[in-house]
Amino acid sequence: MTAPAAAYGKALDLITRVRSVRGAMLVSAEDGIVVAEQLMEGIKGPAVSALAASLAARLRRAMEAAGVGASLFWHLQAEQGALLVVPTTGGTLVVAVAEPDVNVGLVRLELLRAAEVVG
Amino acid sequence: MPDEIKTLSSQLAQDPDSLVFLRLGELLRHKGQLDTAHRVALTGLERHPHLPDAHDLYARILADKHDYERAFDEWDMALRIAPDHVGALKGLAFLYFKIGDVQQAAAHLEAAQRVAPDDPGVAQALAMARGGGPADAEALTAPEPIAPAAQPLEEARVFAGLEGAQEGLLLLDASGRVLGGALKDSGGRDVTDAVAAYLAGVSQEAARTVKLLGLGKWTGLAAEGNHGHVHLAAPTSDALLLVVRDRAVPMGRLAVIAQRAALAARRWLEAHA
Repeated sequence: MTAPAAAYGKALDLITRVRSVRGAMLVSAEDGIVVAEQLMEGIKGPAVSALAASLAARLRRAMEAAGVGASLFWHLQAEQGALLVVPTTGGTLVVAVAEPDVNVGLVRLELLRAAEVVG
Repeated sequence: MPDEIKTLSSQLAQDPDSLVFLRLGELLRHKGQLDTAHRVALTGLERHPHLPDAHDLYARILADKHDYERAFDEWDMALRIAPDHVGALKGLAFLYFKIGDVQQAAAHLEAAQRVAPDDPGVAQALAMARGGGPADAEALTAPEPIAPAAQPLEEARVFAGLEGAQEGLLLLDASGRVLGGALKDSGGRDVTDAVAAYLAGVSQEAARTVKLLGLGKWTGLAAEGNHGHVHLAAPTSDALLLVVRDRAVPMGRLAVIAQRAALAARRWLEAHA
């Protein structure tokens, strides 16, 4: 984690501004702990972050074993929404929770920008 | 297609050991650039002499160039490596048909049909071999994708006829046991078991995550990697499907491939329940 704490809020702002995004979090990939969050009421940040980190770790190992390299972005699709994640080089996951009608391409772009800020 | 040829050529230049030569050779063949396709296939074959798909590709190009004797040798070699290789069986059937040996042609097509019962090309060719005359032989040469390499019969049937069935599609049960398909990395190494082990439990974890978020059932997980893309789907609540492709395949296209494979997997699982 290389950015100052104030930068985290700005990074999350970039994501939550996108229409249909219900919240965003920075999560420690190693232990699944929330580093910063901007979530709508009702979203259980700590639980979601723990599961997202666990899922990210499994996915990373599987992708590396398959020879496609480290994951740059992943998108868990569900009937009523989605979880979108970009791992940073510094071991943080930039996570967005979104409605089903979200513009995935736009969120991906903002997640990648946020990941650059967070480092 | 020209863009894809350019992309694949670039990938191959960066990683000469990559298996993209199979797709590139086939695309060049389809475009009628047989000399270039020949060079690509031969170079690939030199690097992957034990890969049946490489012999199959080379044989197709040789057949297009009317070098039937060498094409026969290459398909014969593919079958020695992988006795159930559908492409090689079809290729040899074509050559037998070409010389008028309809009985041998039909025998090879019947063998291909046992491995890939859902392959419409095999059924069509078999109908021709059984009922057609020499004029029908050319129909057996129609361009088609590279056929999957041989696998144990039950596994091959899960994704029969689907693109990349033996190198980029994998069906697992909830505990990570492989039910069908296979995975190879860019060096041609079989990584099926390693990937399956890491994916055990992913389906349940994805389900728990979306449940916690109140998002209903999970329908898919798409991921971009440095060198390729993957797509996970759950054909049934107890199974997990993985599709892997290189970065040249857009994520949207990958989702379509995954949908088709998930449908095939669901049918197969229901039939074997």
